[in-house]
Amino acid sequence: MSAGGEHAIDVRGVTKRFGSKTVVNGIDLQVRPGEIYGFLGPNGSGKTTFIRMLCGLLTPDGGSGTCLGHDILREQKRIKLQVGYMTQKFSFYEDLSIRENLDFIARVYDIADRASAVEASLEGLGLRDRSGQLAGELSGGWKQRLALAACLIHRPRLLLLDEPTAGVDPKARRSFWDEIHRLSAQGITVLVTTHYMDEAERCHRIACLAYGNMLVKGTVQEVIDSAGLTTWSVGGPGLAGLADRLRTSPGVEQVVAFGNTLHVSGHDAGVLEATLRRACGPALSLANIRPGLEDVFIGMMDNARDNYS
Amino acid sequence: MRRFDLHRLWAIVMKEFIQMRRDRVTFGMMIGIPLMQLTLFGFAINSDPKHLPTALRLADNGPFERTLVAEMQNSTYFDVVRVTDSEAEVHRLLQLGEVQFVVNIPVDFTRRVLRGERPSVLVEADATDPAATGPAISAVQALAFKAIDRDLTGPLARLRGAPGPVNFVVHAHYNPENITQYNIVPGLMGVVLTMTMVVITALAITRERERGTMENLLSTPLRPSEVIVGKIIPYIAVGYIQVSLILLAAKGLFGVPMVGSVGLIYATGLLFIAANLAVGITFSTLAKNQLQAVQMAFFFFLPSLLLSGFMFPFRGMPGWAQVLGSCLPLTHFLRIVRGVLLKGNGALDVLPEVWPIALFVAVAMTVAVKRYRQTLD
Repeated sequence: MSAGGEHAIDVRGVTKRFGSKTVVNGIDLQVRPGEIYGFLGPNGSGKTTFIRMLCGLLTPDGGSGTCLGHDILREQKRIKLQVGYMTQKFSFYEDLSIRENLDFIARVYDIADRASAVEASLEGLGLRDRSGQLAGELSGGWKQRLALAACLIHRPRLLLLDEPTAGVDPKARRSFWDEIHRLSAQGITVLVTTHYMDEAERCHRIACLAYGNMLVKGTVQEVIDSAGLTTWSVGGPGLAGLADRLRTSPGVEQVVAFGNTLHVSGHDAGVLEATLRRACGPALSLANIRPGLEDVFIGMMDNARDNYS
Repeated sequence: MRRFDLHRLWAIVMKEFIQMRRDRVTFGMMIGIPLMQLTLFGFAINSDPKHLPTALRLADNGPFERTLVAEMQNSTYFDVVRVTDSEAEVHRLLQLGEVQFVVNIPVDFTRRVLRGERPSVLVEADATDPAATGPAISAVQALAFKAIDRDLTGPLARLRGAPGPVNFVVHAHYNPENITQYNIVPGLMGVVLTMTMVVITALAITRERERGTMENLLSTPLRPSEVIVGKIIPYIAVGYIQVSLILLAAKGLFGVPMVGSVGLIYATGLLFIAANLAVGITFSTLAKNQLQAVQMAFFFFLPSLLLSGFMFPFRGMPGWAQVLGSCLPLTHFLRIVRGVLLKGNGALDVLPEVWPIALFVAVAMTVAVKRYRQTLD
């Protein structure tokens, strides 16, 4: 393999501006080969822009680094050959059949044994029975499988997946993630953006972005721990009224209803506990629980400074 | 609920105005196309072309012949651009389309007028486009009387009056019966190619961008030139089908003479098709959406139709319009097709019309490849 250290992605200070807006602000990222790296962030946080810079679709305004050992500023063509990029919006030809789409991509990458590569790709993703169907007629889940198959046909070493499971049902989503883990086991590095917390938890490591800034990165556990959030579960009658009262109480930052319980979170554990002890009568049960990734994520977003405004 | 609510109607009207204002290109076209039509129809088009280049073949040098030539020039229909005594040269000029007319003044012209022999003056016309030659030919007949009559004074006055002192014989070359189809049908080949090829390729890249497939193409190792040439090649095949259909119809339905080589039509056709495809692709890289692409294609098609000499005689247009027309590939291709089919021009004869098309292709392709962005920046 080419030079560039042991990281599949190793970039520092990557910045992109559109006009006066800084969409990606000095992001550092190191991803190890074979790792599944999740990108979390609200819409417009710069996830897509960052991925586009990695695969040469956009030119960074600042920063440097390597992707698969190739310089992201100067060797975009070499990077393209080894990266599979799955766009957020379905970007294959709806008026071509599944097989024709795969065959087209295989030709574009000049794959040696094209016929068997297409065949293997159809087989591997269970698309063989549908190979003659037009891509435009496929449901969301099948379109996503086709897109993944097409991204993999040239055997990339790095997969960049931009919200790959948007609009896909839970079962298809699960089998998609199983496939991602199989690929990871084969040594393919995966960088994936998502809005789903359960998907983030299936990643080896995650990073949270907001307004173009990197807020935190690490394993899911590290991210949760680093947030310093305390969460209590409250159960019992009259929770709706209690929730409204709690929202304006000291130390309370989030109140979320989960069925018959409320999850109440705050950064200042002492003040939060005191508030809860005061507000909750004996009829209510109170338990300190481990905060979820979502609580941590929402908490971070609330605190992130919106540099657009 | 009322059937027709003015408030609801107003909601639609306002929304349409806002959208119209946002799409600047469409709005510009709505203003630009009428202006362009007005200018072209109003100033450039002239169905009574004058100052047609004329070659003079002189075998006599008497006073009456000089009078005749002076009077022809004064009529403003004929501009004598060449005087010679070589028959081969004048025919060559006519065949290359460098002159529209050749006027042959016979030996002893003056003497025979004086003798009252009514000598014949042969006017040979390039009648591939009957519209261009018609008015001038009618004018020459009328002017012949007047011209020489004035000089016939004194004892010569008896030579005046009907049937006139000179006999004009007109030979309409290449299209002796002045059949309009002989001119229109070969011309249509160029027009049809321009219309279809430009529109089809104008949509080619815009469509990829609109459907989101462009992002995918850009993330692959494809280079701009590969994408652009790859998109052009299939349509060259389509263009050849069109050329074949029109040639078949010209022969079978309209009986258009095919004096020259059909192979030469196909060979030069390749260049012309490429020129139109390159324009289309260039528009495709400029347009934001498919509607804009079609509008740009129309913006190119309109002057092609009006200024190329297809609908109106090229030589009838003012200088600026001829310069504009000379930039368009259709103008040159029309001359090639008419020259080859009707006059039997060979490869060397059409060369002066080939290089402008080649130049056009080179410029358009360069713009297209430059404009095709390899990133989404």
